Amino acid sequence: MEYFAEAFNKALSLMLSLDPELYGIILLSLKVSVIATLISTFIGIPLGTVIGLNKFWGRTALINVTNTFMGMPPVVVGLLVYILLSNQIGLLGPLRLLFTPTAMIIAQVLLATPIVTGLTIVAVQGVDPLIKKTSVSLGANGLQLMWLVIKEARYAIGAAVITGFGRLTAEVGAVMMVGGNIRFQTRVMTTSIALHKGMGEFQMALALGIILIIISLLINSALDILRGTRGASDR
Amino acid sequence: MNMIFSIKALTKEYNGRKVLDIEELYMEKGSITGIIGPSGAGKSTLLYILNGLEKASSGEIFFNGKKINGEPDIEARRKMSMVFQKPTVFNMSVYGNMAYSLKLRGFSKQEIRNRVIELSRFISMEDKLRQRAVTLSGGEAQRLSLARAIIHRPEVLLLDEPTANLDPANVAMMEKLILHARTEYGTSIIVVTHNMFQAKRLSDNSVFLLNGNVIESGSSAQIFGSPQDTRTLDFIEGKMIY
Repeated sequence: MEYFAEAFNKALSLMLSLDPELYGIILLSLKVSVIATLISTFIGIPLGTVIGLNKFWGRTALINVTNTFMGMPPVVVGLLVYILLSNQIGLLGPLRLLFTPTAMIIAQVLLATPIVTGLTIVAVQGVDPLIKKTSVSLGANGLQLMWLVIKEARYAIGAAVITGFGRLTAEVGAVMMVGGNIRFQTRVMTTSIALHKGMGEFQMALALGIILIIISLLINSALDILRGTRGASDR
Repeated sequence: MNMIFSIKALTKEYNGRKVLDIEELYMEKGSITGIIGPSGAGKSTLLYILNGLEKASSGEIFFNGKKINGEPDIEARRKMSMVFQKPTVFNMSVYGNMAYSLKLRGFSKQEIRNRVIELSRFISMEDKLRQRAVTLSGGEAQRLSLARAIIHRPEVLLLDEPTANLDPANVAMMEKLILHARTEYGTSIIVVTHNMFQAKRLSDNSVFLLNGNVIESGSSAQIFGSPQDTRTLDFIEGKMIY
């Protein structure tokens, strides 16, 4: 117990130290995860809404594929992106993106998009069918109906985005593989934790883990407050 | 005579079972047409087909003389509105709900505001415009549903048992609003109802549906006063019909 208390104290002193390297790592972690979550949101919400709202050939298979990809192992995604961006064999090799934050964002988008899409499908399917019929009967076209359904399912869709973001902030396998954990360039919180653990500095690794959890808690609380405020003042 | 809907040889089948089979049916423009009949007669199905929410299996439907065949385009659909039996409000404010169909049609903010305020007074909800609609009582929610459906002044209003499960005060307010739409906006109204008194009270014309067939149609005075078919008489008198 004392060991954990010391780790917690270390985490606090690290945060208060304003160490540029630590804050660089935190900022890069947030930048990569936030950008990847935003891209996944812009792809996943419309895609999930279209799949959830419409009936078409192959829909069930598409939902099954999405659900499978929701649980895709990060190392597999990392490997795929690594091969894709590899200088020697990758299709996108000439872009020289491997071991850059952009490569990490690409890998994270591939991880989060199925989560946002899959959970949006469930959210959209949970909207009362009579809401959809009412909207259509009042004269909504396809896009207007989609927008209303997204608004009706906004809390569940918000949870989908938060889940996707949570998965990305906790992710280590894919970013390690395509980012390379290069100091001052692609080192993020999770890869830094893995590094310290590998070096036997368990207390430091634990302290970084505590900081990561605190940051996630702060972001989720902020999003929750935002959801609550919007919910109360919707017009 | 001007017809808002003309229906010819319309059928609807579910899994090979015919639930609607109408040889010919006309609905007058500007009038209130009551559709009566027991449960399972096909009344709601007919409304859904007219609104384009369901496709007919065969037959022809003319809306304002234009063939729509149960698949009206967006232009035709925007001339209609429908209110369902279950009060259905969107998860936004009362104002947002009332403004919804106007926003769909690109009305200006000022016009939206004017119409919402005017109609909210009519349904005694002017002090609830900022309230979340999902917190309204069933009666209030159904009044809001009806107000939202008529605020854009549709050519046709389709009502599927709109006052079922409402208390007499709310029924009276709903009927007042229905008549307001007809009188002020010239809206043609088609109302499905189980309530014979309501059908008699509201409708200019009535259609009696049984097992998907039109048994009798005509002026409400004739249908309720001297029905030509014994099944219509039995139904009006409250006798069981299978």
